[in-house]
Amino acid sequence: MNQEKTNAEEHRDDTGAKIGMWLFLFTEILLFGGMFLLYSVYRSKNPLDFHQAAFELSTVAGTINTLILITSSLTMALSISAIQKGDKKLSKAFLIMTIIFGLLFLVIKYFEWGAKFQHGIYPNSPELLDREQGEILFFSLYFIMTGLHGLHVLIGIFLLSFMLFFMVRETIGQNDFIKLENSGLYWHLVDIVWIFLFPLFYLVT
Amino acid sequence: MESNSPAIESFYDEKGKYSGIFSWIFSTNHKRIGLLYLASMLFFFSIAVTIGILMRLELIAPRSTIVTARTYNALFTLHGVIMIFLFVIPGLPAPFGNFFLPILIGARDMFFPRLNLLSWWLFISGALLAVTALFTGGGFPDTGWTFYVPYSIRTGTNVSLAVFAVFLIGFSSTLTGMNVITTIHRLRAPGMKWSRMPLFVWGLYATGWIQILATPVLAITLMLIIIERFFGVGLFDPAKGGDPLLFQHLFWIYSHPAVYIMILPAMGVVSEIIPVFARRTIFGYKFIAFSSLAIAALGSLVWAHHMFTSGMSETAIWVFSLLTFLVAVPSGIKIFNWIATLYKGSIEVDTPFLYIMSFIFLFSIGGLTGLMQGAVAIDVHVHDTYFIVAHFHYVMFGGAGFVFFGALHYWFPKMFGKMYREQTAKLACLILFIGFNVLYFPMFVLGWQGMPRRYFDYLPRFHAGHFISTVGSWIVVTGLILMFFNLIRSLFKGEKAPSNPWGGATLEWQISSPPPTDNFEEIPVIVRGPYVFKKEASQ
Repeated sequence: MNQEKTNAEEHRDDTGAKIGMWLFLFTEILLFGGMFLLYSVYRSKNPLDFHQAAFELSTVAGTINTLILITSSLTMALSISAIQKGDKKLSKAFLIMTIIFGLLFLVIKYFEWGAKFQHGIYPNSPELLDREQGEILFFSLYFIMTGLHGLHVLIGIFLLSFMLFFMVRETIGQNDFIKLENSGLYWHLVDIVWIFLFPLFYLVT
Repeated sequence: MESNSPAIESFYDEKGKYSGIFSWIFSTNHKRIGLLYLASMLFFFSIAVTIGILMRLELIAPRSTIVTARTYNALFTLHGVIMIFLFVIPGLPAPFGNFFLPILIGARDMFFPRLNLLSWWLFISGALLAVTALFTGGGFPDTGWTFYVPYSIRTGTNVSLAVFAVFLIGFSSTLTGMNVITTIHRLRAPGMKWSRMPLFVWGLYATGWIQILATPVLAITLMLIIIERFFGVGLFDPAKGGDPLLFQHLFWIYSHPAVYIMILPAMGVVSEIIPVFARRTIFGYKFIAFSSLAIAALGSLVWAHHMFTSGMSETAIWVFSLLTFLVAVPSGIKIFNWIATLYKGSIEVDTPFLYIMSFIFLFSIGGLTGLMQGAVAIDVHVHDTYFIVAHFHYVMFGGAGFVFFGALHYWFPKMFGKMYREQTAKLACLILFIGFNVLYFPMFVLGWQGMPRRYFDYLPRFHAGHFISTVGSWIVVTGLILMFFNLIRSLFKGEKAPSNPWGGATLEWQISSPPPTDNFEEIPVIVRGPYVFKKEASQ
């Protein structure tokens, strides 16, 4: 597109780095896309079972988690705005908040999964195999998709922790925050995937 | 610019942080990474060829000859997995794309050099894991490279590890795709408009998009196999409500576009080589460039033509059959443009050109038989027979494979700074071409007569065809040995290559052979298209 800025080693090319990140996000969307495809086929085949099984998920926990993740996206965006304006301290504070929200999300998820396990609902469990086929599929999809999403949250937390480390080491600053911005993009993606998971699993009752 | 003085240090003499082998496996220089890919791929290629020879030897006569049925199942799986994931998919983009993409667009390196190195590490780790799967667990999978459920979930062989290996290799391929696209968008030299890019770059660009958009679907599908094997979630198990057919859909959503990952960069190389040896600018530049994108787009919508006999609605079959026929249009456009380029050219028949001509011949046979399978009525008859095996090898080996060899001979002087013996190389090409047809053409006939694929035994009436085919495999391997012997010999004893042995007009021929570490002393300013040759320019 832009033929003048060509020498990566001489000028830093933030646009290029962002293009790379967006391409990576496409791959993430398609990774989840495979799962959403399976979900839609199985749900259209077993609408009643899905409806029934969804009653067993805790809508309260799901809603709290949704709020947590959306807020964390906000603090992430604020962290980037802060560093653009040169306020490193504020930026760090928002970044730490984002990380804490991420951890909180995982803790709630842990208790949700734990409760399911206690009721004997986990992949291939005798309790689950006794149920309707659609319900088995619902819970399999639930565990795989929220598990895959949880893994992404965990990776995001690691990523943001590295960014915090870079900020302390002063390699991220007002004039060079593309790493933070790209990590932010990743975090928003994780958030958006959850925005789709939440209604598909918790609100189909 | 056209200087070949020994004063210019090539990238082989680069003094980096490390020395010895570490100066290669930790190098972020795109040329070194390209050669790393080349070396590792050729290593795995030789293993897969050996397995292929063993399989042909087993099939020389009915009944068990040298291996048991179980071993045969593992052999064809291993042959497929290595050839597809470790040789043909990375075939042209990884070694030649890495080495030449930055040079062709006038850049010093890829956009993400460290990511580039990571791709190679993921590739080699995946490859080594696949080899580990051979000797651990229940032995190498016997599922075929498609890993179809439910068998891949129930078999006692080491499917999980092998599948994870493929997952890593897929990840490597995705990262390469990202890198290629970003590089093409951001690092083109001043004046290198999209319409001045060499067509190999266009091929890589289209390939990059397929890699990004299709490979993640394979990743999740493979992950589901592993999850299924460990936790029994039942997504593909009919007893638990799952549908095995969905696995096939997900698998082919990646694996059909994957054949275009294999062939598009090859088509790009063909468009590089033909104008150089015809001394004439390419005919229909824009059509070739856009047909690459068209193939990438259409090719993503035809996956279910692998499943005509698996059980789908009539409407779905009809639609996928139609879409399959449509892919032939952009492929045909390319073939016609290449032939038109030769018209009134002053053709020099050197080795790379011979390989490309073989490609056009073999690929046309492969493509036309592909159309036969796109027609539902014929496909039902030949599905899962040797007809498919023959078609696939004509497209992949006769297509991507022959272009790979052509590219190797075309760019060998640039990559290694040495010339090979032209006569020997031509002889090897001829032997390969003959051997190839003796090896695979009988398979069309066998398949038409009903010989099913993946069987280690067969009825006596198929004996003649199988015997001829096995003899063909010996001829092919003779050609391969001669070719590699010639190339390896010239690494040590070859004459020093000039900077532009073929009279090419693209940028890689304007710098010394082998290229200097940073490719260009000064980033060139591009004022003309990639295939404007001197004679034409002066006319």
